[in-house]
Amino acid sequence: MINKYSNFNATMAIAKASLLSILRSPSAVVFSLLFPLIFITVFANIGGGGVTVDVGVAKGSDTLNPIYQALKKVSVVNLVTKQAAVEMQKNLEKGSLDAMIDIRKNMGKPVFTVNVKYTRASAEKGNILKSLLQSIFYQVNTGGSNAPPPVAELKQATVSGRAYKYIDFILPGQLGFSLLSTGVFGTAFVFLSLRQTLVIKRFFATPVKRYSIVLGEMIARVVFAMAGAIFIICVGHFAFGFTLIHGWVTVVNMLILSLVGLVIFMGFGFTVSGIAKNESSIPPLSNIITLPQFLLSGTFFSTSAFPKWLQPVSNALPLTHLNNAMRQVAFEGAGLGDVTHQLLILLVWGVGIYAVAIKTFKWEA
Amino acid sequence: MAKTPIITVKNLVKQYDDFTAVKDISFEVFEGEIFGLLGPNGAGKTTTLEIIETLRDKTSGEVTVDGFNVDTDAGSIKKRIGVQLQAAGYYPNLNLTELIDLFSGLYGIKVSPAEMLEKVNLTDKAKAKYKDLSGGQKQRFSIATTLINNPRVVFLDEPTTGLDPQARRNLWDLIREIQKAGTTVVITTHYMDEAEVLCDRVAFVDGGHIIGIDTPDHFIDTLVASGFERKKTVKQANLEDVFINLTGKEWREG
Repeated sequence: MINKYSNFNATMAIAKASLLSILRSPSAVVFSLLFPLIFITVFANIGGGGVTVDVGVAKGSDTLNPIYQALKKVSVVNLVTKQAAVEMQKNLEKGSLDAMIDIRKNMGKPVFTVNVKYTRASAEKGNILKSLLQSIFYQVNTGGSNAPPPVAELKQATVSGRAYKYIDFILPGQLGFSLLSTGVFGTAFVFLSLRQTLVIKRFFATPVKRYSIVLGEMIARVVFAMAGAIFIICVGHFAFGFTLIHGWVTVVNMLILSLVGLVIFMGFGFTVSGIAKNESSIPPLSNIITLPQFLLSGTFFSTSAFPKWLQPVSNALPLTHLNNAMRQVAFEGAGLGDVTHQLLILLVWGVGIYAVAIKTFKWEA
Repeated sequence: MAKTPIITVKNLVKQYDDFTAVKDISFEVFEGEIFGLLGPNGAGKTTTLEIIETLRDKTSGEVTVDGFNVDTDAGSIKKRIGVQLQAAGYYPNLNLTELIDLFSGLYGIKVSPAEMLEKVNLTDKAKAKYKDLSGGQKQRFSIATTLINNPRVVFLDEPTTGLDPQARRNLWDLIREIQKAGTTVVITTHYMDEAEVLCDRVAFVDGGHIIGIDTPDHFIDTLVASGFERKKTVKQANLEDVFINLTGKEWREG
């Protein structure tokens, strides 16, 4: 009747059950997949546009002149034609219009007069328009003559290179965030709830080993998070042109980094599940861990944009180093050997957090 | 009935920081019987059960189950017993079939979930979640999980608490079937009528001591012989008989 007991089969039974449970829990799917995808979609579209200068065109303004046509071709300038004069004035004062333009055809010379109204509410964009207009004026007034310029000539060249798109920055950050929430929230919630509802106690009445329970749960989360990572990378690559320099090799390197990050973040989750007294104390405790990293680890902005005093804080967080490593691998084509500095810091975090987790983890309520 | 002990408890003591829950308890459970542990809340019943089930450490004493010592062979005992815990939950978001599969993996024994559910009359709930079951169905499912490893002994901790009379009777039938299949049953309950009809022998536990152990009949006869009389004359039926008579025998779900 009693065959040789297999710890492997028991571990896999838990992993399978846990994975089913994760896939059926809305919060896991929302936090790990939907949120990162929404952020990616939103920021990929905002980031791609760059700077635009909204210029109101007064009713009755001449639109057939070369100045207007030249402005129309400039991608930075967004010409707004459908607003009434009163509305335009108001928007100009608020700064939702950056300037107003009114071009009149004259009977004598000069042929056109361009009336521009800037606003103090948007001085910087006004300046962009100012220099644009000056360069258009220069071209229009010199009439395309080939005579050599009297003082200085301009020679411009653009070096060809990979375009660093905002998606290349935002996607690794969102991937890190997804791993962080799966690792911390997921692990903390599941172990607290299994402990409180005596599921673990009932497990203890079977021959299963303790390590099987922990390992099974970890395997389920790893499978879920890796599938999520592949999904996020695919959406990023195919829908938003996320750069994968060495193709699937880059993907594999990113997945290895994801695994390292996830294991560390699960350590935080184990710790939270041990400290938390009940289910309602899990979100605040988890947020203490995830929010600072969400904001300070270069998820949305480069950490170099932070003030000097904040930099040491952000450089101490594990997600910062995961994000940096991920960006180097994905965009710069670095191998894992090139990010050993980051991996070493993550290793220190891993050892530290699991030392704390082992001290605080509780099996029974 | 052959009186071979399958569980032996000798001088069991469980000391917590500030109080002693179990004070020098000794008893035996015989193979094939339904054995009841009775007593008020806090008497030490659950603690005693959990020590035998290898879920809790003891302070001193000796406990053997089916020939295995809890100190040295907890693993072998776990393979031979089925445990139903008071108020235990099950893995969230899984249906009954998936839960049986999970336990089948935990015990390392292949079973057919459909067969297990049929044993406890839950075939039509195979795709339901545990949390959506009625009280009686929950208890029957719990019992199904204790039968997966075809155990020598099952432990049921207050399986009928909170159930309506029909569901309670239905569970008694299930427990008798388990006994008929050759499995020893150890049960705790607060309902004396239940212990009287179900248990072959009962032990009364109070304040961490066993204060009596015998068959229900013998306990009652002894009390009557000592001159005890009920305040009210005994009628041929009680109010629960009326309840069952009026509402019918079939148990209700929901």
